[in-house]
Amino acid sequence: MDGAREHDVIVAEYHKKIKDAFEVFDHEANNTVDVRFEIGTIIRSLGCCPSEGELHDLIAEVEEEEPTGYIRFEKFLPVMTEVLLERRYRPIPEDTLLRAFEVLDPSKRGFLTKEELIKYMTEEGEPFSQEEMEEMLSAAIDPESNSIHYKDYIAMMVVDES
Amino acid sequence: MGSLKAALVIQNWYRGYSARLKARQRYALTIFQSIEYADEQGQLQLSNFFSFMLENYTHIHEKDPELVARLFGSTLQDCKDRQEYVSCIDVPDSYNGPRLQFPLTFTDIDILVEAFKQQQILHARYVLEVLFETKKVLKHMPNFTHVKTSPSKEITICGKCQSRAAKLIFRSNGLPSGGNSYIFNGDFVDRGKHSIEILMILFVIPQSYLQMHGKKILQILEDVYTWLPIGTIIDNEILVIHGGISESTDLNLLHHIERNKMKSVLMPPIPLDGEDHDTDLKTKVGATIIPREVKTNGSLSEQLTKHEWEQVIDILWSDPRGKRGCYPNTSRGGGCYFGPDITSKVLNKYQLKMLIRSHECKPEGYEICHDGKVVTVFSASNYYEEGSNRGAYIKLCCDMTPRFFQYQVTRTTCSRPLYQRVNAIESSAIRILKERMISRKTDLIRAFQLQDRSKSGKLSMGQWAFSMENILGLNLPWRSLSSHLVTTDKNGNINYMSSFQDIHIQKPVKEAQSTLIETLYRYRSDLQIIFNVIDSDHSGLISMEEFRAMWKLFNSHYSIHIDDFQVDELAERMDLNKDGSIDFNEFLKAFYVVHKLDKLMLAS
Repeated sequence: MDGAREHDVIVAEYHKKIKDAFEVFDHEANNTVDVRFEIGTIIRSLGCCPSEGELHDLIAEVEEEEPTGYIRFEKFLPVMTEVLLERRYRPIPEDTLLRAFEVLDPSKRGFLTKEELIKYMTEEGEPFSQEEMEEMLSAAIDPESNSIHYKDYIAMMVVDES
Repeated sequence: MGSLKAALVIQNWYRGYSARLKARQRYALTIFQSIEYADEQGQLQLSNFFSFMLENYTHIHEKDPELVARLFGSTLQDCKDRQEYVSCIDVPDSYNGPRLQFPLTFTDIDILVEAFKQQQILHARYVLEVLFETKKVLKHMPNFTHVKTSPSKEITICGKCQSRAAKLIFRSNGLPSGGNSYIFNGDFVDRGKHSIEILMILFVIPQSYLQMHGKKILQILEDVYTWLPIGTIIDNEILVIHGGISESTDLNLLHHIERNKMKSVLMPPIPLDGEDHDTDLKTKVGATIIPREVKTNGSLSEQLTKHEWEQVIDILWSDPRGKRGCYPNTSRGGGCYFGPDITSKVLNKYQLKMLIRSHECKPEGYEICHDGKVVTVFSASNYYEEGSNRGAYIKLCCDMTPRFFQYQVTRTTCSRPLYQRVNAIESSAIRILKERMISRKTDLIRAFQLQDRSKSGKLSMGQWAFSMENILGLNLPWRSLSSHLVTTDKNGNINYMSSFQDIHIQKPVKEAQSTLIETLYRYRSDLQIIFNVIDSDHSGLISMEEFRAMWKLFNSHYSIHIDDFQVDELAERMDLNKDGSIDFNEFLKAFYVVHKLDKLMLAS
């Protein structure tokens, strides 16, 4: 198959993939989704990992001129297709994630305390909301030691996703 | 990497992970929902089959006039002689369970609640008496009950509910009473343990405190259920019904129909001689054959007109949507989708302000749409699976905005981390999806092979997804689900046979052909209903002749291409006692799906 035809096939497949992801969150079946709650989830579920800032910019691209609180599929599709074609917002590799935890644990204990994790996640970078923090803690915390053994945690999450 | 960058990395990763979890949860719910709606369509197909049978095989009911009566659920004699019969049932002295006095009093409610808490069993005699009393009361009630809130009287509205949710609601919100009325908006307690106990309590509670409307027909409660009111109107402002409305919904007509004549949503009315045969029944699932010239005795006038029946179906089966207008509800195969303009029109016509309905599972237990005019309340939390959704109920008090209460039924559900809950519902959803696939294995393989010109055993994602959707008739995000259902090679192509490797239908007889086995597996619940109808003496047995006759009809109506002799052979082999009769429950139970991985897990 020549390059142009192959490109078309890839684009057609991306279109379907994006449509599938969009429809699953389109409760009303009217080709729109809620901006605040759903659009970030859809974009991330398609394998992209934009930061909150990058997500903000992306939403601005697909929103209406007069923001209605909803995103229309017609606007979303071309923008998202470009994102996938350009392979933008690639996910974080596992070893980078591990290194990040190690940076926060300079004395190399192999774990972070609950308080330390909360402090970093809610005060630095692009802070978590309370809900996000609670959600992460529920799976990450070892209840007996009240700490996160990050190596085990990462390993568990990676298995879960595969 | 400084700590700022490190924090960003972790946050970024976590948000991506969390989003993918939520997407997986939604996909699982979509699977459950698609299959549920597809099954509802299957029910309508079954009802078409009964109509078809009567049209094309009138000689069957000439030979067996009772069959017609049984099929269309006409009650035999009235409850009077039944009641006399019940009063002959003795409750032995050794019985330790609760004893009820009729007419019932509040003491009886306390007795029952206490007894069920102690896990006592209610004697069948009392169960039947409660049902008769309930029917007597229900008969006097109008199709729509009118209730009023007052400063001292709150109304709680529950949607589709199972026994666990009902127990939770009663515990946290109190039992129904003068100041604490309840409306159960349909399909209550049809799943879960202790369903009958909850029903007993609901029936014992005075009707003034409790309104129930529902569409599901349980065998023993059929009579009582047909007398349940269609809906409730609160303060002349709020309409509470199970499904929704259509553009032609006529509340005045619905107020006046004889609701007990609606035996089942499965049984569309047969036009009697003289009625209009030309218009098609609007079942919205393919063509329907209207039986003609069906000679009947008086019993078939015990049914609604076609127009009345359609009005009730719309009320029970419609779903609200964002798109304007009114159009056929293709997921359900009955009722319609109605838009915000339809809601406004109908509510304005009857000077109503709000519609409260159930019928659709919502992740948060409730949902508001159409500009606040339509509220869906769904009380069966964990409806499809542990962690699938929350439940909710609404409390109304005069002039106050409705208050919503949410819950999730089991404590374990709440305390488990999200990823475990998602894993659980995802594997459950994938499992039933695979069972669907195996029940259409032959058709699927044929479709795949048609596209696989080079006979490589591989298809592109697009080709595979197309066949899956086409054959299974389920509108699902196949590309996202593919990783759970098939293996792919390094070029991203699908090995389409890989789905069938770890799962198969247990063959009761080794030599039986695959297509036959799959078909019997696929239609086993329909067949069970049909067999139960034929089995007039409720013996669990039907004769080989009856089986053959029924199968022939079934075969032609459902357009199944299986030779009669194959079925014959199978039936004969399963006639274990060789007496010319078939135990159909055993017959149908023999078709079940074996998940090889389960076996491996059990072995290890």
